[in-house]
Amino acid sequence: MNEFQVSILFAAVVAGAAPIILATLGETITERAGLINLSLDGSILLSAMAAFVTAYLTHSVAVGFIIGALVGALVAVLVAVFSIYLSQSQVAVGFVLTLMARDLAYFIGNPYSRLQGPQVMPLPIPLLADIPFFGPVFFNHNWPVYLSLVCIGILTWYMYRTPMGLALRAVGEHPKAVFARGMDPKKLQLFYAVCGGLLVGLAGATFSLSTKPGWGRPQGAEGTGWIALALVIFGGWHPVKAAIGAYLFSFLQVMGIYLQGWLPSIPTQVFQVAPFPLMIFTLLLISLAQKEAFLARVEKMPWIRPFIQMLSGTPPSALGKPHEAE
Amino acid sequence: MTMAQITSPGPAQLLKFVREFGLTLTVVVLFTTLVLLIAGAPPLDAYFYILKGSLGSWVKISHVLKTWVPLTLCGAGLLYTFRIGLWNIGIEGQVMMGAVFATLTLRLGLNSQWPMWFLGLSFAAAALGGGLWALIAGFLKTKGGVNEIFAGLGMNFVAQGLILWLIFGPWKRPGVASMSGTEIFPQSLWLPYISSLRLSPAAIALAVTAVLITAVMLRYSRIGLCLKAIGGNSQACVLYGLTPTHFMLLAMMFAGGFAGIAGCLQVSGVYHRLLPAISSNYGYLALLVVMLSNYNVWVVPFVAFFFACLNVGSIQLPMMLQLDSSLAGVIQGALVLATLAVSAWRGRRAKIFEAQTQEAVAK
Amino acid sequence: MRVELENIHKHYGSVRANDGVDLSVQGGEIHGILGENGAGKSTLMKVLSGYIRKTAGTITVDGRQVEFRSPGKASECGIGMLYQDPLDFLNLSVLDNFMLGQVSGLKNEREYYRRKLLPLSTHFNFNLDPNSPVSRLTIGERQQLEILRLLSIGIKVLILDEPTTGISEIQKQTLFAALKQLAREGKSVLLISHKLEDTQVLCNRVTVLRRGKVTGHMEAPFDTRQLLDQMFDQLPTPPSRLKASPGDTILSMSDVVSTGGRTGLQKCNILVRKGEVVGLAGLEGSGQGVFLRVASGMSRPKSGIVEVDGRSMIGKSHREFKDAGVTFVPTSRLEEGLVPGLDITEHFALNARKTRFFVRWSNALSAAKEKIEMFRISGRPRSPVQSLSGGNQQRLLLSFLPEAPRLLLLENPTRGLDVESAHWVWRHLQTYTARNTSIVFSSAELDEIVMVADRILVFFDGKIVKDVRAEDTDSRELGRAIAGEI
Repeated sequence: MNEFQVSILFAAVVAGAAPIILATLGETITERAGLINLSLDGSILLSAMAAFVTAYLTHSVAVGFIIGALVGALVAVLVAVFSIYLSQSQVAVGFVLTLMARDLAYFIGNPYSRLQGPQVMPLPIPLLADIPFFGPVFFNHNWPVYLSLVCIGILTWYMYRTPMGLALRAVGEHPKAVFARGMDPKKLQLFYAVCGGLLVGLAGATFSLSTKPGWGRPQGAEGTGWIALALVIFGGWHPVKAAIGAYLFSFLQVMGIYLQGWLPSIPTQVFQVAPFPLMIFTLLLISLAQKEAFLARVEKMPWIRPFIQMLSGTPPSALGKPHEAE
Repeated sequence: MTMAQITSPGPAQLLKFVREFGLTLTVVVLFTTLVLLIAGAPPLDAYFYILKGSLGSWVKISHVLKTWVPLTLCGAGLLYTFRIGLWNIGIEGQVMMGAVFATLTLRLGLNSQWPMWFLGLSFAAAALGGGLWALIAGFLKTKGGVNEIFAGLGMNFVAQGLILWLIFGPWKRPGVASMSGTEIFPQSLWLPYISSLRLSPAAIALAVTAVLITAVMLRYSRIGLCLKAIGGNSQACVLYGLTPTHFMLLAMMFAGGFAGIAGCLQVSGVYHRLLPAISSNYGYLALLVVMLSNYNVWVVPFVAFFFACLNVGSIQLPMMLQLDSSLAGVIQGALVLATLAVSAWRGRRAKIFEAQTQEAVAK
Repeated sequence: MRVELENIHKHYGSVRANDGVDLSVQGGEIHGILGENGAGKSTLMKVLSGYIRKTAGTITVDGRQVEFRSPGKASECGIGMLYQDPLDFLNLSVLDNFMLGQVSGLKNEREYYRRKLLPLSTHFNFNLDPNSPVSRLTIGERQQLEILRLLSIGIKVLILDEPTTGISEIQKQTLFAALKQLAREGKSVLLISHKLEDTQVLCNRVTVLRRGKVTGHMEAPFDTRQLLDQMFDQLPTPPSRLKASPGDTILSMSDVVSTGGRTGLQKCNILVRKGEVVGLAGLEGSGQGVFLRVASGMSRPKSGIVEVDGRSMIGKSHREFKDAGVTFVPTSRLEEGLVPGLDITEHFALNARKTRFFVRWSNALSAAKEKIEMFRISGRPRSPVQSLSGGNQQRLLLSFLPEAPRLLLLENPTRGLDVESAHWVWRHLQTYTARNTSIVFSSAELDEIVMVADRILVFFDGKIVKDVRAEDTDSRELGRAIAGEI
């Protein structure tokens, strides 16, 4: 491959990763606040449908994105209210919403299947887009892709550099202590569930208006939500590491298309399901990396240490355990 | 997770139940009607077609029962894993692997003199296949510390990939490989059925047996007690000489085994071949069935029947009203959510009431 | 500042944790809240700090009636509390913990708060590194951090819940000096304690609670006898130590090293003989818990030899320890000992013979009835265990003990029990020693250990630093060993 092809490849990776990054960052925020929004796979589809349909009806991509984001937030609010205020199992509610949001999307979106609708226009950034290699890879996309890039930075700054971000990290660690300090852990969690849901909704809108324009059954975004949930863990609940995971995944997807061309003897299905065994393997490594016996055994294999260090994220201590007043 | 105790209801409790049930139903009907109006469909017609499409004739009812059987089998299996506090989301893949193992066995019996033997064997193989697939997720959980939800989910996608590979690869139909699945088996390898309804009594009997066995196991066997105890507090159970991980694997195997049998019935009783969509989402749906049944084994068959009616009835929607059949899923999800909300609301109200009486007492 | 509590009630179901409590605190005083475990001290103070909502009653600050719906409202009025389990964030740094709750918005103000924390810290002779994660701090240092944070947000009434439990003697001195300084600066300190000694050193005034009611007020100097009368229904008559004649070795450990807890267990060597009652003393989490878990097979040591009856038990499971006659009863009853959601009968079914496929429900029910009677458990065979009181849960756990265990390992067997229940527990346990069972128990109450143990092991930082016969020592000497001064 010459340089030109490589830049096309990486540009495809960056573009393809955009919705995954948005969803992963959204879920990272939510889980950092101590809440698991398991409904991602369904809410991405529902917001993708809502975004496409509104964009189609209003001829405005921007309105589509807004509605998509709001729909994502709405599903997140349901998960949050059920778990924080009604003390129901987050997993149960999230799972029901996964199935329900998907079916709702198929049902309401049915008349809009396979229609030619509006999509986001490319927006190369002047000057920057002309830089060799980096130009086409990072600066020759449309604005949802730029948004995904900017969000990584903003979220990292917010979480680790601002007092509000400190409170976000704190509420996922020990909601009782947050309460004792005069803040309302329930409201904080609800707020961050909404923030996370907005990003997930944007991810859905990005799918139906940019990455895989249009609506249908299947849309093509199916399964992304589960990938995003796995990537949050892979990223150790850190936005930058989670984004790296999203790029790796996108790289695998793009390479799958190439590999299929090069190695026709390997059936297509292998490439389609490859991310999932990899997800399990990553989770296995994360959990093993916290076991001393395992660490002692791999001490003789120095090459494996950086991997383990990279994967040794600790989940927020109060993840999935909402605050209960005494 | 609340595990309902079986208590004999008094008249007052019955009245409360009816009131709450009515409230839940009203919420769901209102919501569904809203969804139908958004989709621009006549709600009353839609409900009518669902009813007619599910219970309108004996043939329709037999279709419902064909859906009821795998739902009930999976539901019964899930009770074991829920009892011990595991979220066996991998049940979908376990159904698929049951179907794969059943197909494998039946393929071996293609030119056999005794097809009935292979038919019988296919059930054992399917239970084994589903059970082993569940065990992988179980070991990932107990030995590897991987959350069973992610392990199960990953395994579902792998199972789906495996089925696609088999259909397009080694087991493809002579000439063309397509999404319509493998070659149809000869009738000798079909599960015997009542020809007018194309319904196999053996399948019904299996589902009923599964419910009865599960009820007895959970109520009267030591295994059932241990599952409940470990689900309540696995740490304390070590003190009682139990090994929680063993019981987790056991529960996974039960669930996987039942799911595998459901997969086998899909192959030998319904489709007579392996399809990409062989599991028809019944595993995922069964999770909702069990939640809506409040984890009570005696309620599972009824909820499963209702869900089956919705699934079969909504097939009419695309034909009669040009709507998508996924309305069934919307109603089912809304039902579970509304039930959770109503029970939570009841809990909150009881708490507020208690606080008020205490305040009055203190004053 | 003057704070007054009037007719405070806090009810949990039928339990009245506070039943009409009156209390008033002046500026500049150190006020002790005395009472035994479960007297309602913490509940009352949590009501004052806004952490829990009272059922009824009024709180006035400087004559103005206030209603605290959350701790935030209380701290706005200048009231702040240091909780018994420090409510801080282990994964965050000292500075982050200090800032949290004081500052909001998007502006990075770390440097401002670093400059605020350091002088405050030196003012009280505390030594805190702003960048260190809180997980590396000792309990005493975490308390110091919390006190500084509370002062920084302008607290004028400081409540401390059992602050001397789990901290070293030196840290205790530093803490007391800081509290006295606060009182001199006109702030009020409310000190919850069940230790007479602490209140005697520190307080100007005490209020005694018993069963949710005020049973007495007193100004310093205090009459210890009278205070004890007010704290307890009757002066506790301690169960006397049984004179045992120890026989052969039942448990032996040599060079056992294990991880777990805060300190792990380091190079532990010990012999326990038949019929012996061994008390494990030491600050909470100094290795007693790890010791008991290793000795019962609940956790496996990293190295060393564990023998029961001369048989090596290395690599054996808890079940095999159990078969060898070793029984372990953990401290947290609902977390480790009982199964919430199961009723009493189901617990007996769980304990029954393990070889049968079906549960003999009739047998379990009759066993439950019999033991409820015998152990005077106030509950029915079908009562879920989480509905029982702490004392009844402990009785239930003891009723599971086998007829003739060889070695009983008990972690804080009387924690959270009232005096009467605690005495009942010990009278019951002593019937075992009469049958030549050895007992090893841990306790946070030195008095209890001195009262009933034949032999005392003192743990410090994961090591056994003292191993003496009970008659050869006294509380003072043991107290020094517990604080690490040998």
